[in-house]
Amino acid sequence: MIVAEGKPLEEVYALIAEAKKVLVVGCGGCVTVCLAGGEKEVGLLAASLRMKRKLADRPLETVEVTLTRQCDPEYVEQLDRYVTEEIDAIVSLACGVGVQFLAERYPKWVVPALNTKFAGGTLAPGRWEERCGLCGECILHRTGGICPIIRCAKSILNGPCGGSQNGKCEVNKEIDCAWQLIYDRMRLLGRLDDLLTIEPAKDWSKAKDGGLRKVLREEAILA
Amino acid sequence: MSGPTTESKLEKLLREGKFVVTAEIGPPKHASAEGIRRHAALLKDWVDAVNITDNQTAIVRLSSLAAGVHCLQMGVEPILQMTVRDRNRIALQSDLLGAYSLGIRNVLCLSGDHQSFGNHPTARNVFDIDSIQLIAMVKKMRDEKQFLCGEEIKEHEPRFFIGAVANPFADPFEFRVLRLEKKINAGAQFIQTQCIFDLERFDRWMAMVRERGLHKRAAILAGVTPLKSVGAARYMQQAVSGMIVPDDLIARLKKAADAKAEGVEICVEQIKYLRTVEGVAGIHIMAVMWEEIVPTILEKAGLRSRT
Ligand code: SF4
Ligand code: SF4
Repeated sequence: MIVAEGKPLEEVYALIAEAKKVLVVGCGGCVTVCLAGGEKEVGLLAASLRMKRKLADRPLETVEVTLTRQCDPEYVEQLDRYVTEEIDAIVSLACGVGVQFLAERYPKWVVPALNTKFAGGTLAPGRWEERCGLCGECILHRTGGICPIIRCAKSILNGPCGGSQNGKCEVNKEIDCAWQLIYDRMRLLGRLDDLLTIEPAKDWSKAKDGGLRKVLREEAILA
Repeated sequence: MSGPTTESKLEKLLREGKFVVTAEIGPPKHASAEGIRRHAALLKDWVDAVNITDNQTAIVRLSSLAAGVHCLQMGVEPILQMTVRDRNRIALQSDLLGAYSLGIRNVLCLSGDHQSFGNHPTARNVFDIDSIQLIAMVKKMRDEKQFLCGEEIKEHEPRFFIGAVANPFADPFEFRVLRLEKKINAGAQFIQTQCIFDLERFDRWMAMVRERGLHKRAAILAGVTPLKSVGAARYMQQAVSGMIVPDDLIARLKKAADAKAEGVEICVEQIKYLRTVEGVAGIHIMAVMWEEIVPTILEKAGLRSRT
């Protein structure tokens, strides 16, 4: 899933300083799972913004809606009836994709309430970690199921670098060295020899470096 | 040593079987070459080639290519360090062509310290290719006369003597020699090691190197660093990634009446020992911020002036 984290209240507060009435929109997808932008967080943010504005003697009106997903026009459309004339700003608690989908549909001041962090998963309640760098051409079958692109601080494809010590990355003792993990796992699988093959330079044109990426699936396209 | 010969003097000496000495010059954080020239003059008669670091520890410094040219002008053969942290394959190949056109003949391929260690921790890193892929690319340009993309270099291909680094003190220890082998398979012809303080671990590593015959395929230059003070030793032990400084070395420095002299003594002992290790083809002495001590150490170690 996409893991995101709420921006500081102060920051969101400043983003809508001019508004009198705002639409606060949550998303029922990834950001609900990572406790950043679901119905609960929408309620909390809206209440905090109202409270802060009240203390500043400039009351704020909020309308709160949480869509099933903000990255899908089918659901975004459901907002139409809430986006009225008086709405001065839309605060989106989705990942960056959702924010853009709202901005694309409505000629309103749309602001992000979250910082979108990474593609990752839940390690334990309240703990999420990055797993995929969205490189566009997965090589996990060559690295024991551990991604060196995003889990190695230098995206080394023929690691580990000389900074790996005691299983930790040179960048931070709190981070496992991805290449130590790869080594351990390949050894466990009896495939250490695979690591002797030189992995050639990667084709980054498949990643974000190639410009905007699209996926088309013929059979799903409506005639 | 495998690979075709180049115009590198370092390569020539190694092929002749001479025990070589290389040192290191770190370019300054300003735009004057005076210090580089002074250090080059100081080292000229003592070493066979000098590494020019590439924005070491991710701190902005005068470019290694420019510093390498200053060294050449002083009559010192430079080893151009190239990290893959700051340049993509386009910039790296361009700089390789430029460096060769300016007379540089040795290149050392590295990953580079992560930018979080340096003075621009908010910088974006590149890491388009890794150090092993860089080695392969330099070799491809030389031996296949091709750019990385496969396009032919019609004439004047850069012909570098290719170096790489190895760190016997990083983990996983058992994989270190295999990764070195990968570097040699990719095209590395000389190897400079991380600073050696833990001789016992280095011996174990060298034994594995010999077992796989790697010392015959690439020249291994053992890295040493004189410790200037207890503080410097502590810093190396705790703050420099991938380094092992044994506690008894620090204790020895502490006990000494003159820590500097003791640091020199330790380094001389290490060099004398390393010279006797089978498969060690030379010494790489990294006296960071203490370049002026290099001649003293080499003299005491019996590696007399080259002139
Ligand atoms: S190799 Fe690419 S696609 Fe696969 S996990 Fe890593 S970044 Fe994601
Ligand atoms: S220590 Fe490991 S994870 Fe960190 S940069 Fe080096 S190889 Fe990558």
